[in-house]
Amino acid sequence: MSAAQPAAARTPVLEARGLVKRYGVVTALDGADFDLYPGEILALIGDNGAGKSTLIKALSGAIVPDRGEILLNGTVVHFRNPLEARRGGIETVYQDLALAPALDIAENLFLGRELRRPGLVGLVLRVADRPRMLSEARAHIADLKINVRSMKQPVETLSGGQRQGVAVARAAAFASRVVIMDEPTAALGVRESGMVLDLIREVRARGTPVVLISHNMPQVFEIADRLHVMRLGRRVATITPKSHTMTEAVALMTGATSFHGTGG
Amino acid sequence: MLARLRQTGLGRDPGAAVARARVISALGPLVALLLASLFFTIRTDRFLTTENWSLITQQVAVVGILAIGQTLIILTAGIDLSVGAVMAYGTIVMTRLAVTYHLNPFLAIALGIGACLAFGVLNGVLVTAVRLPPFIVTLGTLNIAFALTHITSNEETIANLPDPLVFFGDTFRFAGTTITYGAVLAVALTVVTWFVLTRTIGGRHVYATGNNPDAARLAGVRTRRVLLSVYAIAGLLDGIAALVLVGRTGVGDPQAGQSANLDSITAVVVGGTSLFGGRGSVLGTLVGTLIVGIFRNGLTLLGVAAIYQFLITGVLVILAVAVDQLSRRTRG
Repeated sequence: MSAAQPAAARTPVLEARGLVKRYGVVTALDGADFDLYPGEILALIGDNGAGKSTLIKALSGAIVPDRGEILLNGTVVHFRNPLEARRGGIETVYQDLALAPALDIAENLFLGRELRRPGLVGLVLRVADRPRMLSEARAHIADLKINVRSMKQPVETLSGGQRQGVAVARAAAFASRVVIMDEPTAALGVRESGMVLDLIREVRARGTPVVLISHNMPQVFEIADRLHVMRLGRRVATITPKSHTMTEAVALMTGATSFHGTGG
Repeated sequence: MLARLRQTGLGRDPGAAVARARVISALGPLVALLLASLFFTIRTDRFLTTENWSLITQQVAVVGILAIGQTLIILTAGIDLSVGAVMAYGTIVMTRLAVTYHLNPFLAIALGIGACLAFGVLNGVLVTAVRLPPFIVTLGTLNIAFALTHITSNEETIANLPDPLVFFGDTFRFAGTTITYGAVLAVALTVVTWFVLTRTIGGRHVYATGNNPDAARLAGVRTRRVLLSVYAIAGLLDGIAALVLVGRTGVGDPQAGQSANLDSITAVVVGGTSLFGGRGSVLGTLVGTLIVGIFRNGLTLLGVAAIYQFLITGVLVILAVAVDQLSRRTRG
């Protein structure tokens, strides 16, 4: 529908309407809306149990919502698993650094999507095209200005920040539309967190919008263009770091004040 | 801002220590092999002879083939206790079908190998679909295969085998020594497996699945299919080992292979493959197999009673696992 709208310069890349997800008696999502626009960093904030993770899981295909719809570039999509979301151009960086530590950087970057040698050896014997994966990995890593010496370095020899860098690079390399990050700095120290925030800006600079879950308010206010505030399974407000202070954001999260003035 | 990135990257070097540890773990088994050979060469003049090495290759071929399948499974952080019993069952199936039922020998071989493959698939299905721990699954199939072996064989050794069944016991002369086709097959299978593990996508997925199954699955690796495949391939290799064993002994023996599970696990672990999965090499396993074989052979030449060889194998495997555990701890 939005494709037909002439002046729809601000069509959301990823959009959700009225998502509902229940686990038994627990309602994790209770009619949640979501909009992500091109070229922005959107932070998802909310108290524990507000439904941030469930929303992310629905958007990345890890769960299927009971009701509501998800639109990618204005078209309704139904992701049944993470693979389908990835085919739609949505890449997710999972919280626990989802890398294989004994494998090297190139292998981790291409894990699950290895390049094959041309011809019959690739087609029939499934022989991996190691030289091409090494050189493409080098390009992706350099693209995001991540400093690692060799693509043949096992991931376990990297620092926490560098590992997260590899995970982000993998997402950025394959995401044609959206990168989703679940607490990308949770396990990192101050300096390494700064590194990852720089990376997130690099991803945005390359034109891919980023959805970020974080509990770290100063960080969120430093990096996000917009903040999507969740409470009790719904979006209660969309604010910007300029329109609201951290204290006001926390008040929205906890329900101390309500954006729409309808109580809470 | 980006200067921070560069600093962190160059600041300290956790890579060097790990790289060193890797080289040591790769060369360690080879050094052990050379030291053991040197020791036995000095202590007995019969060790370093072409006849003796011919004997060693014949002795290790069977365990060597079993250890290839064991390597695949251990790389996925699993274990297969059933290898020896399944192999013994394979020997009984193929020899009994060929001798007692006068089946075409090639068909008998195919059915014997098929029986082992079926056991491998059973192990794989129980591990992946029913999600039982590999240790318990293969302990169960060990006993099932053991029982079937004795039921099918009537506790009798089956002799007078037709030629195709004993082919891999046949020898040829090479560089002044006698080599069995079975030993050649063991080396060939090792090389093929090495190629598959290091160069193909499926092989790399075996490492990824063993190293971090969740990461592999989220990245799109079909981890269950990987697991099912390694157990099935291990079963197939049990069948091939059964054929080589029949060739070496010339009979179908229901008592065969009873220590083969520990022998194969020892070969894999001594060869530097981690029991925790995701790290190791099938070439290391070949070296590990030779180490175990040389110890057995050398101790026999020194006149050490067979029962002490069990003792030494036990010590060897515990030592190797201890080294694995320690290096894991230093990796953090």
